[in-house]
Amino acid sequence: MNIHEYQAKKVLAKYGVPVPKGGVAHSATEAIYQANELGGDKWIVKAQLHSGARGKAGGVKLCTSHQEIADLCDKLLGNNLVTHQTGPEGKMVSSMYVEEASDIARELYFSIVLDRATQRVTLIASTEGGMDIEAVAEEAPEKIFTITIDPAVGMQPFQARQLAFSLNLPNVAIAAATKAVMACYRCLRDTDANQLEINPLILTADNKILALDAKMGFDDNALYRQPEISECRDKTQEDPREINAAEHDLSYIGLDGNIGCMINGAGLAMATMDMIQHSGGQPANFLDIGGGASPERVATAIELVLSDTSVEALLVNIFAGINRCDWVAQGIVDLLNKRDIDVPFVVRLSGTNVEEGQRILRESGKKVITADTLADAATKVVEAWKEATGK
Amino acid sequence: MSIFINEKTPVIVQGITGRIGSFHAEDMIKYGTNVVGGVTPGKGGTTHLGKPVFNTVQEAVAATGAEATITFVPPAYAADGIMEAAEAGIKFCVNITDGIPTQDMIRVKRYINSAKPADRMILTGPNCAGTISPGKAMLGIMPGHIYKQGNVGLIGRSGTLGYEAASQMKELGIGISTSVGIGGDPINGSSFTEILKYFEQDDETHAIMIIGEIGGPQEAEAAEYFKNHMTKPVAAYIAGLTAPPGRTMGHAGAIVNSAGESAAEKVEILQEAGIMVSPTPSEMGTTMQALLKGM
Repeated sequence: MNIHEYQAKKVLAKYGVPVPKGGVAHSATEAIYQANELGGDKWIVKAQLHSGARGKAGGVKLCTSHQEIADLCDKLLGNNLVTHQTGPEGKMVSSMYVEEASDIARELYFSIVLDRATQRVTLIASTEGGMDIEAVAEEAPEKIFTITIDPAVGMQPFQARQLAFSLNLPNVAIAAATKAVMACYRCLRDTDANQLEINPLILTADNKILALDAKMGFDDNALYRQPEISECRDKTQEDPREINAAEHDLSYIGLDGNIGCMINGAGLAMATMDMIQHSGGQPANFLDIGGGASPERVATAIELVLSDTSVEALLVNIFAGINRCDWVAQGIVDLLNKRDIDVPFVVRLSGTNVEEGQRILRESGKKVITADTLADAATKVVEAWKEATGK
Repeated sequence: MSIFINEKTPVIVQGITGRIGSFHAEDMIKYGTNVVGGVTPGKGGTTHLGKPVFNTVQEAVAATGAEATITFVPPAYAADGIMEAAEAGIKFCVNITDGIPTQDMIRVKRYINSAKPADRMILTGPNCAGTISPGKAMLGIMPGHIYKQGNVGLIGRSGTLGYEAASQMKELGIGISTSVGIGGDPINGSSFTEILKYFEQDDETHAIMIIGEIGGPQEAEAAEYFKNHMTKPVAAYIAGLTAPPGRTMGHAGAIVNSAGESAAEKVEILQEAGIMVSPTPSEMGTTMQALLKGM
């Protein structure tokens, strides 16, 4: 789960990471109120949406008057902002963050990630702040400094100090930088974050360290023990199809194609999507119904796939281990008794109770195209889709 | 031979009295697995499915000589259950649990690896379908009948995609020595490479298939290991060619975050190392057939 910049800064500040003063606003009036609270005569006003690269997309502006703040808020709030990370539809700007402007002497990069190669938490820092870190890694790897943390003892101050010195900070700023880095690590550890990026981390003209931006992502599997973080969830940043699926405890991801699919198991689901593409179609979604799915759950999942209006054909592919083909078939028949499905519908069943499942489908007399193998299923659904749509 | 488990391996089931643990324990016993007991804290001294139940793994090992365990423990307590097994001297552990927090797994790995290599427990999973040595023993939740006994080693992240591979091979008369699920989480107990090492040493295994997916560096590591250390041929399939970057595709570990983690890049890395890659998921069986013919 991701959270907004203003939320991340609040969490970080709680652990002692220095951040600029600021306030969140949901209207132009509220933004001007926040600017007045901060005082001064220039403010950074930043659109809040779950995406990086907001500056380049016009979502961040240095404002020097209340009118400028109001104009920016009116333009952005409630509308979608398209960045190169959001995709062509963009994401909704759900609030604005008004911050005091900082006097930047140097911009640095700092992040903490879970490194899957070492299976440990790794800190990454670079003198090249404000830039895409993957580009720095490619062009000037010597400018990137990393530290791996031993989970048995956690991060040690000497490691934070090494990192601070590697950034060529003036001696007067080393203690503050060390403290900020340690605070970031504690924050990540205690909140079950799996990603924390501060880009840029700045050195101000008067040698202070400040987190000018903040991006945090959290381990979904640990949210049960992080109630405060869970409350930061902003549903306006998520695909409504996915929210609906999550409410039914289904793993669903909306895609751009026309062939809806319902599959059991994440790996088989990805493989089936690949097979659809190989056969000349494009998947409309990823959907894993998981194990032990009841007929009701199967029907709910298919209805969810069909609620996407771009779906023009439907494929169910089940390799039952702890699922039961007869339950899946029963769910399909129950659904077809309740409503018509007016797109081509292909079903492939395999594994536990497959004969019984096939019998239920056959004897129902419903218009379902059956397939024996994965290849057969993908070919049939793409052919039927082409025939039905003339594409 | 097979790897990790055979018909003699004494096995315990952690969480044997729970609904899911009980269901699968019964299935494993029916398959012929030598289940010698179970563990449920607070139910020690009772029997379940005709097997003795113990309060702790330590007691179970002392009383039964168990060498392997399968843990059906809910996510919040799963890490604890795995470490308990490691401490009790269990040699091979399958963890089925989906949803263990990543930081818990980081600690589990650190804990297991603090033991000397010779004493170190082999953990497979979490979030996997388990391990099966067809015709001998099953430590998992898979439908046992789709696996034919034979000489191909199978390693996969995904349960159902592994079933697909096993049944395609069975159709072609190709059997399996052992199939090992390593799970779909970002941190696995064992990597592809660690399992490949065991298959390389196993006389009964003549060729290996690895079934990977998007996310993480493991398939590339396996390619490197194959190139430098293996004599047996390896085939592979990688799922997720159509998966969009930056999205978690069901498995917590199936996400493309950085260079080298997409399916297309992994296929290229594997092919460059000399591994035969199945172009589609429906050709995993025929790819293995071609690999075996070429031997």
